[in-house]
Amino acid sequence: MSVELDVFVGNTTIMDKEVYQLWLNGYTVNDAVKVRIEGGVMEECEASADVLLSDTMDQYRTFQMCERLLHHPAKLANQLLFQIPPDRQAMLIERYYAFDDLFVREVLGKKLSKGTKKDLDDVSAKTGVSLKSCRRQFDNFKRVFKVVEELKGPLVENIRQHFLLPDQLARDYAAIVFFANNRFETGKKKLLYLTFQDFAFCAGQLINHWTLGAVDSMMEDMDVDLDKEFLQDLKDLKILITDKDLLDQHKSLVCTALRGKTSVFNEMEANFKNLSRGLVNIAAKLINAKDVRDFFIDLVEKFIEPCRSDKWTSIDMNLFLTHYTNSAHILDTFKHHAVWTRYMGVIKSCILRMYHD
Amino acid sequence: MPGKLKAKIVAGRHLPVMDRASDLTDAFVEVKFGNTTYKTDVYPKSLNPQWNSEWFKFEVDDEDLQDEPLQITVLDHDTYSANDAIGKVYIDIDPLLCSEAATVISGWLPIYDTIHGIRGEINVLVKVDLFNDLNRFRQSSCGVKFFCTTSIPRCYRAIMVHGFVEELVVNEDPEYQWIDRIRTPRASNEARQRLIFLMSGELQRKIGLKVLEMGGNAVVGYLQCFDLEGESGLVVRAIGTACTLEKISTLPSTATHQSNSSPSKDMKDSPQAAPSTLGCRSTHSSPVHSASSRLSQGFSVSVPTLLFAGMKPRHRSSEAPRARQCRPVFGEEVPGIPLSSGPPTPLRAQTFSSFSPSKSYSRQSSSSDTELSLTPKTVRMFLCPSTPALESISSSLPSTHMPCHLRPGMASRSSTPPPLHVSQSDTAMLRKSVSFSEELLLAASGMGSGGSAGKEAGPLKALLRQQTQSALEQREYPFFTLTSFPSGFLLHVGGVVSARSVKLLDRIHNPDEPETRDAWWEEIRQEIKSHAKALGCHAVVGYSESTSICEEVCILSASGTAAILSSRFMQDGPLDTEHRFEEVVPPGCGFCHIPYDELNIPFPAQLTYCYSCRRSKVPDVLFTTIDLPADANITGKGCLIQARLCRTKKKAQGEGNATAISNLLPFLEYELHTQLMNKLKLRGMNALFGLRIQISVGETMLLGLASATGVYLTALPGPGGIQIAGKTPSDITYEQHISNMQKKINDTIAKNKDLYEINPPEVVEEIIGSPIPEPRQRSRLFRSQSESSDEVSELDLSHGKKDAFVLEIDDTDAVEDIHALLTDSPTPQGFYSCNTEIMPGIQNWTSAIQMFTSVRVFRLNNANLTNQGLNKIFSDLCENLLKSLYFKLRSMVPCCLCHLNFTVAIPEDELIQVAVTAVAMSFDKEQILENGKQSGEKTLTKAITENDEQLQFNLELNPESSHANPLSSPKGLSEVGSHPSARDRCSSWIEQLRLKAHTIRRGSVKTTSSMEKASPLPEGRSRSLRSNRSYSGTSVAVVKMTPLSFIPGAKIIKYLGIINMFFIRETTSLREEGGVSGFLHSFIAEVFAMVRAHVAALGGNAVVSYSMKECVFMENPNKNQAQCLINVSGDAVIFVRESELEAASVQPQSTTHTSNGGEGT
Repeated sequence: MSVELDVFVGNTTIMDKEVYQLWLNGYTVNDAVKVRIEGGVMEECEASADVLLSDTMDQYRTFQMCERLLHHPAKLANQLLFQIPPDRQAMLIERYYAFDDLFVREVLGKKLSKGTKKDLDDVSAKTGVSLKSCRRQFDNFKRVFKVVEELKGPLVENIRQHFLLPDQLARDYAAIVFFANNRFETGKKKLLYLTFQDFAFCAGQLINHWTLGAVDSMMEDMDVDLDKEFLQDLKDLKILITDKDLLDQHKSLVCTALRGKTSVFNEMEANFKNLSRGLVNIAAKLINAKDVRDFFIDLVEKFIEPCRSDKWTSIDMNLFLTHYTNSAHILDTFKHHAVWTRYMGVIKSCILRMYHD
Repeated sequence: MPGKLKAKIVAGRHLPVMDRASDLTDAFVEVKFGNTTYKTDVYPKSLNPQWNSEWFKFEVDDEDLQDEPLQITVLDHDTYSANDAIGKVYIDIDPLLCSEAATVISGWLPIYDTIHGIRGEINVLVKVDLFNDLNRFRQSSCGVKFFCTTSIPRCYRAIMVHGFVEELVVNEDPEYQWIDRIRTPRASNEARQRLIFLMSGELQRKIGLKVLEMGGNAVVGYLQCFDLEGESGLVVRAIGTACTLEKISTLPSTATHQSNSSPSKDMKDSPQAAPSTLGCRSTHSSPVHSASSRLSQGFSVSVPTLLFAGMKPRHRSSEAPRARQCRPVFGEEVPGIPLSSGPPTPLRAQTFSSFSPSKSYSRQSSSSDTELSLTPKTVRMFLCPSTPALESISSSLPSTHMPCHLRPGMASRSSTPPPLHVSQSDTAMLRKSVSFSEELLLAASGMGSGGSAGKEAGPLKALLRQQTQSALEQREYPFFTLTSFPSGFLLHVGGVVSARSVKLLDRIHNPDEPETRDAWWEEIRQEIKSHAKALGCHAVVGYSESTSICEEVCILSASGTAAILSSRFMQDGPLDTEHRFEEVVPPGCGFCHIPYDELNIPFPAQLTYCYSCRRSKVPDVLFTTIDLPADANITGKGCLIQARLCRTKKKAQGEGNATAISNLLPFLEYELHTQLMNKLKLRGMNALFGLRIQISVGETMLLGLASATGVYLTALPGPGGIQIAGKTPSDITYEQHISNMQKKINDTIAKNKDLYEINPPEVVEEIIGSPIPEPRQRSRLFRSQSESSDEVSELDLSHGKKDAFVLEIDDTDAVEDIHALLTDSPTPQGFYSCNTEIMPGIQNWTSAIQMFTSVRVFRLNNANLTNQGLNKIFSDLCENLLKSLYFKLRSMVPCCLCHLNFTVAIPEDELIQVAVTAVAMSFDKEQILENGKQSGEKTLTKAITENDEQLQFNLELNPESSHANPLSSPKGLSEVGSHPSARDRCSSWIEQLRLKAHTIRRGSVKTTSSMEKASPLPEGRSRSLRSNRSYSGTSVAVVKMTPLSFIPGAKIIKYLGIINMFFIRETTSLREEGGVSGFLHSFIAEVFAMVRAHVAALGGNAVVSYSMKECVFMENPNKNQAQCLINVSGDAVIFVRESELEAASVQPQSTTHTSNGGEGT
């Protein structure tokens, strides 16, 4: 004796947030029922396990039917099959596209390919995020990537419009897409201390200042790629380290400005040339795609680590970078002010963000 | 005369990918009407084509316009092979044919394929230019409005209610035609869908013609059903109530009262109670009749164990011949009741009301004796005479109530075999129909008939009733599919009448002459008619018909509520005087105000009603198939009551099978009835509304499901408890067991009374008891006589009254039954449920509604189940389903599941299918408490001061208009405009005035209290409106669906036409679609989506009176296949939130409003 068929369809589609989350997290129906029982919903509503099972199955079915629509969130609003209030729709979409920072950290900068997808079980084991959920998140990344790849205009705005995501989530997706597109290396041991949000912040800076869209939003090209011309121009910055006079002049200017203002002055003074070389070399190399990938690892190796070993504080860092940037403008023979500002603005905020334990 | 149909194909969207190579589609559209087809251009390589076609014009007869749907087919163009169909859209253009409905169909409609479901949407524009048809021989009936709603639609006024219309058309089922063997499932499904569309169109047209013939312009309560008879064909049949409706142009404030006004308000409007309700009690008379004549040997099985409180028309069942003429029957009973002669003793209903249901079976004589003795258990209904009370009554009375007195009489009757034995031939057996009438006996309302005023009124009343009756008798069937009525239309309610008939299906040879099916229904309707007559009623309301088919056996069922209606809406030709007269006739509060009515209407001896009424004023229990009248006076809240039953049956073929089924039916019906009674008592309630008994037949079992909404009618006596009687009192453990059970039952009753806010017995009795002195006083003044000492005694009488209901445990079955009784789990906190339109006792709905459909199929793997086992399974299935619903909807608490409509079916052997469609409506909790209190008070005060109130009202009315006079002498008088009565009216009115003045001078406390109590109610109402306003902010462009005829907190401003859709869905990849549940889930969702889309295209924003009339599900998991047919219907409407309306109308007053608001904050 068994219930062979059991369905419930409401004119307004009923969706339980809690069950939705369980579904998104990749719980099986039975596990979800267990979690719900533990959650005490049964006592609350005088229900039995059977009722809970029936409800969970039903909700899971609804979600599965909705999933196809969630792949194109814009469709959710004008589809006719499910009558879902707008606030519910927004909730469904937002949660569907939400991701685990732990998971995204693992795939950030990786190619969103089938190969990567195959390795998801490892990622799942490592992060503790269920494989189902990993797959959904991965597919989300890939889907967003594919759609915005071919679109013109500002990246964040495109994502927000096409996937109806809230602002913050759209920004995060922009970062993911940006990272995936430029294949930034994020998995090296030295970078493991950085969180997704650190990278997302940096990505935001890069998108806003270093891409073509940053200069002219009307441009044909999109936000996903760095401004090639700018990268070319960056090579000119090399003069700051190749010209001995300039380098010394730059150093003395910075030292003068910082003297007495920082406790790590001596270390700074001693290390200045190394640090400056590091930053300028990164700039000069960015024209090579491979070096773009190593951008973050270079920043850490060439700049952050030396500073950290000298026990700079964030305040020290801020002071140094501010003066380091500004002093260059005073240099007589240095002509590339615009490029320098554009470069250092991003570098400064990225380093400041990345400078933590 | 021709009309011009114009269609334009605008665009498509979300089309499926038809070309795998390009992931795109080359779509074009065929537009077909009748035999004409147009095509659009191919829109290449797009999933969102923009055709923007020209207007395709079809010049056709309006007859075709009514019959045919516009068929739109979307195809994928393929250069090399045949074009692939993407899907179809059928558009019913009927709503465009009525000037008052929709004018254009425009919007996105889902493209539907019977194999793939919804595949994208198409945007179309459809218009109709119709020329006036002056041909009187026309075959079309354009312009007749159809409504599924079983009440007068909200924005219309009934000018006239013409009566019953029915029609059926038959055809061969395409699924069973030879061609089906060689065509694809898709083609077959589409042929079927199209055929049914055509047939319903034709049916509607034919019904429309009948309506026009009758002089009406609308069909209300239109109920269309399909009988899929398999090999023997496809029957589409419909019934409805023809009316002449008039659109209410403005929005009078009174129009709202139907929806959610508090009863009290209505009460105030209605100083006069309607005529007395017929007290009634259920009997089962199941006269088996052969094709030629009814078998009369029915006899009361249970009689030896039954004690009747007085006379019951049910005895008629043992005297079948006489039973057919209702009036003589009543007369015949007179001897049993000493009161009938009308001694001036005003007898109160309560003293009599302790009837208990008696089940009398009339069965075929040959077998009946033995079978009857096999009846597993008997329900013993005791009239427990409330001793002190009875004794205090005039001497003749008590004796009738004493069981011992009655018993001999009964016994003699029952022991005497019925005189008539008609032997039946075997073939006749098959055609025999088993029918039952749950007759509500006319509870005699004894009256002090001495009063002159009353006497005067009586004949007039009678005359009127005769008029009404004759008006009704002109009609073939005085049936009404309505379940709620304009105020003043429904005068008396008799009780439930039902008839069933078991038929063997045979092939319909000539579809154009569906005579057999017509004859079958005619037979049943005649049966119903005669049952109603037997109850002394001339009409049947809340009438519906249904079938259950299994293989070649078909059970036809019809049921309704016998009633007496006012002539007001039925008279031909406007009688102006009378009309004005009746404008002020109160709505049917007579339904509950029996004491009042009885005092004011003497029933002349020649009227059978009066005889019965004298004996008892109200029934102890009232069963009806209609909704609770808006103005009925109730105590506490109502609840859903279900009786569920499963009976195994041997597999059989043909005639043998039909015989077996018809033999089982009476038992099934009897037990369902017993269960209902028990459960009703268990909840401490005394009346059932919306009773719907569904009997479903399968190969090896019969399922019976009776659903109704129980309420405590204030006008009826409180139900007694249930007492359990053991059979072997010697055994001590047994005794203990019994007393345990008794305790449990008592506890449950107490708990239920609490739960449903049914006032504790003391209060209840007070309610019942207190009105007595009041009317009496009045009657005294009125009649200046009929004073007597028994006044006091009557009071006591009601206090002492306690009737009990005894269940005898004589075998294990009975024990289990009692257990089963107690297994119904109470609804969780914050939930209420009912199967009627509105939940008795709740008014303050918020605008949050959620309509849903839930389907469950249960497989019985164990082939050898006992009846008890089956019962339990079935009952658990229903209970669990309800529990799931409560859980699902927990976020809406406090809420009520309204219009819970259960449908059971046995799709195949060992499968039980239960489908539920209902709407969950939230209400305001805080107000419910207040209102509960208020209504509690209200009922009390009302009971006490009713008469005063009415007088008060008269007083107020007096200076305004003279035609208000008749108010003072309620009843028949008001219905007659004849001169002779005028004087009497006047005099009695003056008398009342005098009385009124008297009371005021005395400074009657009661009068004051009534005024005080009256005020909070409107206040509460306005508050609820306010709360609605706050909720309405969330409204978005959605289509609401509800099985109810209204939308809380909103006003329906336009009816756009009927929605009647039929879909078939089939799959050959069941597993891939998520199994049976996944398949059905998406199908139901698709059906909802299509209904919503079509309503939106008509310009509507809601469907009311929505129902899923058919949900036939078949599966073959081994072949990975499943098929499902769904038929839904409803009324497309435009509604406007009341808050918006107010905002618009209240504009000028906004200043005061805002200032108020400012103070408030």
